[in-house]
Amino acid sequence: MKKYLVGLLVLALMLAGGVTMAQDVVLEFQQWWEPELPEGSFRAILDDFEAANPGIRVETISGPYLTTKDQIIASAATGTMADVVGLDGAWVNVLWKQGALHSLTQAMADADYDDSELAAQIRLAGETYMIPIANFIYPVFVNLDMLEAAGIDPPSTRAEFAAAAEALTDPDNNVYGWAQPLSLEQPNGIQNDTMSWLWATGGSMLDDMGQPNLVDNEALADTMAYIKSLHDAGVVAPGAFAMKENEKVEEFVNERVAMIINTLAHFTLIRERNPDLNFDITALPAAEGYDGPRGLPYASWGIGISANTEHKAEAWKLIDYLTSVEGNSNLTSIANAFPGNVNATPDFIQTDELFMTAFEIFQAGYLANEFTGLPAAEELMRQFDEPFQLYLEGDMELDEFLQIAQEEWEDIFE
Amino acid sequence: MIGATQGEIAGATNNISWDQRKRKLLPYAYLSPTLLLLAVLTVVPIVTVFLYSFFDNVIVNPNQPKFVGLENYVDALSHRKFRAALGNTLYFAVASVVAHFVIGLAFALLLNSRLLGANVKALFRVVYILPWVFTASIIAILWRLLLNPHGVVNYVLLELGLVPELLEWLSDRDLAIHAVTFINIWSGYPFYLVSFLAGLQGIPDDLYEAGRVDGANTWQLFRFITLPQLKPIIISLALLDFIWTIHQFTLVWMTTGGGSNSEVLSTYTYKAAFSSYEFSEAATLAMVILAICTFFGIFYVRSQRMADE
Repeated sequence: MKKYLVGLLVLALMLAGGVTMAQDVVLEFQQWWEPELPEGSFRAILDDFEAANPGIRVETISGPYLTTKDQIIASAATGTMADVVGLDGAWVNVLWKQGALHSLTQAMADADYDDSELAAQIRLAGETYMIPIANFIYPVFVNLDMLEAAGIDPPSTRAEFAAAAEALTDPDNNVYGWAQPLSLEQPNGIQNDTMSWLWATGGSMLDDMGQPNLVDNEALADTMAYIKSLHDAGVVAPGAFAMKENEKVEEFVNERVAMIINTLAHFTLIRERNPDLNFDITALPAAEGYDGPRGLPYASWGIGISANTEHKAEAWKLIDYLTSVEGNSNLTSIANAFPGNVNATPDFIQTDELFMTAFEIFQAGYLANEFTGLPAAEELMRQFDEPFQLYLEGDMELDEFLQIAQEEWEDIFE
Repeated sequence: MIGATQGEIAGATNNISWDQRKRKLLPYAYLSPTLLLLAVLTVVPIVTVFLYSFFDNVIVNPNQPKFVGLENYVDALSHRKFRAALGNTLYFAVASVVAHFVIGLAFALLLNSRLLGANVKALFRVVYILPWVFTASIIAILWRLLLNPHGVVNYVLLELGLVPELLEWLSDRDLAIHAVTFINIWSGYPFYLVSFLAGLQGIPDDLYEAGRVDGANTWQLFRFITLPQLKPIIISLALLDFIWTIHQFTLVWMTTGGGSNSEVLSTYTYKAAFSSYEFSEAATLAMVILAICTFFGIFYVRSQRMADE
């Protein structure tokens, strides 16, 4: 009898062990996307993933963007980062420096993954650490009614843009051609509303080694001089140096500004705020004579894997799903974003004319955001912004401004 | 105890000393929750930040941070931007404290006046205290709207012919620091108003009657009775306000972001930590701010002690 009992006990222990082995792997996935999507829609995508990958469960840790950023950076410092994390190109570098991110190049090699369908990968020291899976491009939004009243077409070149801005500006009625937010609190105006002009003309602010290249950079100098000419002509809405992105959108919504460079993510917001606003989008104007593909500034929802996770293979499976044609189409459809997989097609492209135009602009150009992956990207923008404001005010020469910005950037890159 | 053995005597002595020790320790036991909280919430963070300020970049450095001695302090204190931020902070704090004092006292005297009826006083009390009701972020948003180039302030000034053109209050390098200081003055004077009003109501009428009998005029009554009576409040308020104003972050951050020549120490420190991820530099700057605040804090404690004596 005793032998039987011992046998039963051993069997029970083995079964228990077997049950433990068969327990689901639980992946923690921290991101800021879920609160920005229709309720339950993100969970539905993850449910599809779980159904396709038995044995893996995904627990989301969701919060607003800034909270998520702070928590991810803090958890990276303490080695407690979630298994899979949503990443922004502006802070991927600091996480990489801490050794908090797992190489996705390695993960792809381990999974024998073909990366040819990925629209972009953020590489640091030659290896991928972030994959943008949803992209929000920044075309030029134009107020069609104002343009029609002035008898002009949406501009395609810098000269056309300057002429349009001048024709649309009417200071007596507080109406201006363009708005450029340059607040130092949110210095992303340097990325979206300043450097975007350079990228649209195929220019670069970095050299071949990925280092700052602000001095003796003809394309950059021309771009800055062009922007200053717009300010000098009085066609830029006043208060630019303290203006934030949301205020730029407000100016456009309230028809005090005729043209802005703006994210597609604001489509719904603009339509809700002013249903009567007759607007269209167009590609960012390029310099005269440039006929190459135009770089499109963009912001991304990126994704990465924690270096500390014990479930790297499972974490990669989740990324694989979210970057697959099916998963990426579903995600970008609900996010109104452009896909991270070149073969994915979000729904809205077929249903909304403006998105159709945006998709054409997207396909004709290429994603360009050189700040993505740079060290302390936000601080780089701020350090550029400060002398840029002095230059725009006429208190600093172009060469001096670019020299100062170059030195500040080199300090940060070191 | 005459017949007690040596052991019994020793035991009794031990009991006494244990009782005495217990009595001595008891207050500390009562204090221990507070002491523990103080240690966890104040001492540990301050000491940690203090230690951070002597190392090369901490937190985001995966390798063992290197001890660099006073290098961070030398770098921080000799930086052009630090000196500009320090200058702006001192201007911001001194101008705010002086203006808070003048406006708070003027309004308190008005509300304490017998010339106004009770209803009028009640109405003005509500109006004057309104800025105190709003949080710093609401105040920042409110004033961003008011001071927008197309905002109400410019409209009124232009209509009255007081300015020749639209002013960019928060983005003009010559105006931004003054505009932010004005906003801080607007948001902070009610604290003085309430404190001075309480102080004024506590001054006995006998003093003023005696002064009048001696032939003192209104200015002399104010100069030789009101001000001396309010002196302890004035000193305490000024020191506290100065310390609080040096800390002011939200208003500056949300209005100008430290741009257009309006950088103050708090925004400069924030940028070092959460924009540049230079946590050692930020810790150094935080210790400099702590030193400034401690300097004025000592004066505050001394003034409180003198008041108690």
